[in-house]
Amino acid sequence: MTTAPAQAEEASFEATLARHDRIEPRDWMPERYRATLVRQIAQHAHSEIIGMQPEGAWITRAPSLRRKAILLAKVQDEAGHGLYLYSACETLGVSRQELTEKLIEGKQKYSSIFNYPTLSYADVGTIGWLVDGAAICNQVPLCRTSYGPYGRAMIRVCKEESFHQRQGFELLATMMRGTDAQRAMVQESVDRFWWPALMMFGPPDADSSHTAQSMAWGIKRDTNDELRQKFVDMTVPQARALGVTLPDPDLVWNDEKGGHDFTQPDWAEFRDVVSGSGPCNAQRVAHRRRAHEDGAWVREAASAFARRQQQEPQQQEAVS
Amino acid sequence: MTDHTSAYDGLLGDDSAQWAFGQDFEDPLAGVDTTLAAGVDGAALAAYCLMLGDDALVHSHRLSQWASNAPDLEEDIALANIALDLLGQARLLLARAAAADPSVVPALPAGSPVPPEDALAFFRDDADFRNVRLVEGENGDFAVTTARLLLFSTHRLALLERLRDSVDPVLAAIAAKGVKEVAYHRDHAARWCVTLARGTEESRRRMRAGLDVVWPLHHELFRTHPVEATAAEQGFGVDPAGLAADVDVLLEQVLSVGGLDRPTVPPTGPLGRGAGRDGRHTEALGRMLAEMQVVARAHPTGRW
Repeated sequence: MTTAPAQAEEASFEATLARHDRIEPRDWMPERYRATLVRQIAQHAHSEIIGMQPEGAWITRAPSLRRKAILLAKVQDEAGHGLYLYSACETLGVSRQELTEKLIEGKQKYSSIFNYPTLSYADVGTIGWLVDGAAICNQVPLCRTSYGPYGRAMIRVCKEESFHQRQGFELLATMMRGTDAQRAMVQESVDRFWWPALMMFGPPDADSSHTAQSMAWGIKRDTNDELRQKFVDMTVPQARALGVTLPDPDLVWNDEKGGHDFTQPDWAEFRDVVSGSGPCNAQRVAHRRRAHEDGAWVREAASAFARRQQQEPQQQEAVS
Repeated sequence: MTDHTSAYDGLLGDDSAQWAFGQDFEDPLAGVDTTLAAGVDGAALAAYCLMLGDDALVHSHRLSQWASNAPDLEEDIALANIALDLLGQARLLLARAAAADPSVVPALPAGSPVPPEDALAFFRDDADFRNVRLVEGENGDFAVTTARLLLFSTHRLALLERLRDSVDPVLAAIAAKGVKEVAYHRDHAARWCVTLARGTEESRRRMRAGLDVVWPLHHELFRTHPVEATAAEQGFGVDPAGLAADVDVLLEQVLSVGGLDRPTVPPTGPLGRGAGRDGRHTEALGRMLAEMQVVARAHPTGRW
C-alpha cells in the first residue's frame, strides 16, 4: 500500500523530471528507475572496458611512434571512462567488484560492436571514426540525462570521445594519402565495420523494449532510429571527404524526408551477436576474466596493506 | 550542453589546430638547434642517444602490453602513463640520434615518408638495438613488472638528473623533461614494491621472486660501454659506473621499508664479450620486435 509520505516523494521525483532537473544520489527514486540506470550505466562501463581489447591489441604493432602514443593514450582514456562510469554506478549502491563479476559471468552485457575482431591497423582508424562516431551520437544526449552523476560523467566522456573520433578520422585520411595498399586496407575496414556500426543504436524502435520507459524517465532522450538516421546523415559527407565508399548501394539522399535512405543492417546477426554468438564474444569475456583473476592477488595485497597502515599508523610514519 | 551537442562539427574543416598531435607528422625536434657543441663527436652522440632511446622504447613497449591486463583500472591507467612518458623520451632521443649522425638511420625505398625516428624504431634488427637486456624481458606477473620498473626507473632518474648538465643542449632538455616523469615512475614502483612486500603472504613471495627475476640483469646498467666512456669524456653523457653507489642507496631504502633482503642471485653474464649495449640480447627482444615492426615493415613507403 502506498503511504502518504511515499506519494509525496514520488511526486517530488516526477516534478524534478518534469523540470528537466537532475536526480541526485540521495534523492528518492523508484526502484525500477534505479535498476534501469544500473543496467544502462554498467553496460556502458563494461563497453569501455571491453572496448580496450580490440584496439589495445594493436598498441604493440602500431606502425609509427606517433600512432603508438595516440593509440596508447586512447586505450588509457577508455579505462578512465570505465572508471567514471563505475563510480557513477557506485552512487546507486552497486560496487565495481559486483559489476565486474556480473560482466565476467555473462550476466550483464556490453556493446555488441566489441564482439567483432580488429584485423588491420586501419581498424583502429575506423573504430575511431565510425564506432566512436556512433557512440557520440548515442552519448551526447546522455549529457542531459536525468541522473546527475551519469550526466556529469558523460560530459567528460563525450569530450574525449569526440577527440578519439577526430584522431580516427585523421588516421584514415592520412592512410588514404598513402599507398594503394593502405587505401585498400581502409576501404576493407570500412566495409567490415559499417553494418556493425549501424547496429550500435540498437534494434528498430518497434522492437526496442526499453525505449519508452527510459524516455519517460529522462534516462534516454532520442529513439534508436532517430539516432541512427542522424549518424548516417553525418557520416555520408565524411566518407566522401575521405574517398571511401560506404558499402550500401541503396544509400541515397531523400529530399522529401531531408535525410538519407539506407539499408538496415542484418538484425538477425545483431541478435546472434548480442546473445553470445558473435565472432569474439567468448574471447572478450575470457580476456577480462583472466585479467581480473590474474590481478586478484595484487588487489588483495593492496587491501591488506591499507588495513595494516590504518592499524599501525605510528609504525607507518616511522618507515615512510 | 551546446559545447557537446555537435561533436561532428569541424571534422571536415581544415583547421589543423583541432587535431591532437597536428595533422601532419611533426618533427619532434622542430625549431630546436641541433648543431653539435664544440668537441662533441656526432657519431658518438648518436650511438649514446640510441642506447638511452632504445632503453625507453623497449621498456615502454613492455609496459604498454599491460593495457587491458592490469590488476585494476587505476593501474591500467598508471602503467599506460609511464609507457607514454617513456615513448615520448624514446621519440626525442631517436630523433636526436638521427640528427647527430644521419648515417645511423636505416635506408628506406626512395620517396618513403617514414621519418628518421620511425625508421630507427621499426627498421633496425635486434642486433642494432642498444638497450640493456633488463628492459626487454617478458613482463611476467605484476611483481616482476614492478621489480623491473623499480630497478630501471631508479637508474634512469639518477642518470637523467646528471644528464641535465649535458653539453648537448638537446640532451640536456630531454633530460630536464624526463626527470619530472621518471621521478613519478620510481615513486610508483617503490610504493608497489613496499605494498606487495608488506601485503599478503602470497604478494610477499611474488615480490621476492620478481626481484630475483630481474636482479641478475641489473648489473648491466652500471657497466661502462666505450660509447658511454666517450660520452662522459666529451661532456654530453654520463658514465653509468658513477651512478651505482647512489642507486644502491635508494634501492636499499625501498628494500628495507619493504622488509626485503637483497637478492643473492648471481648476475647474468655477457654473451661473448658483449651485452645489450653491444647489440647482444636475449631471445625475448627478437620476438618483441617481430611484433612491433610487422606493420611498419610491410609498408616501407606507407604514410601513417
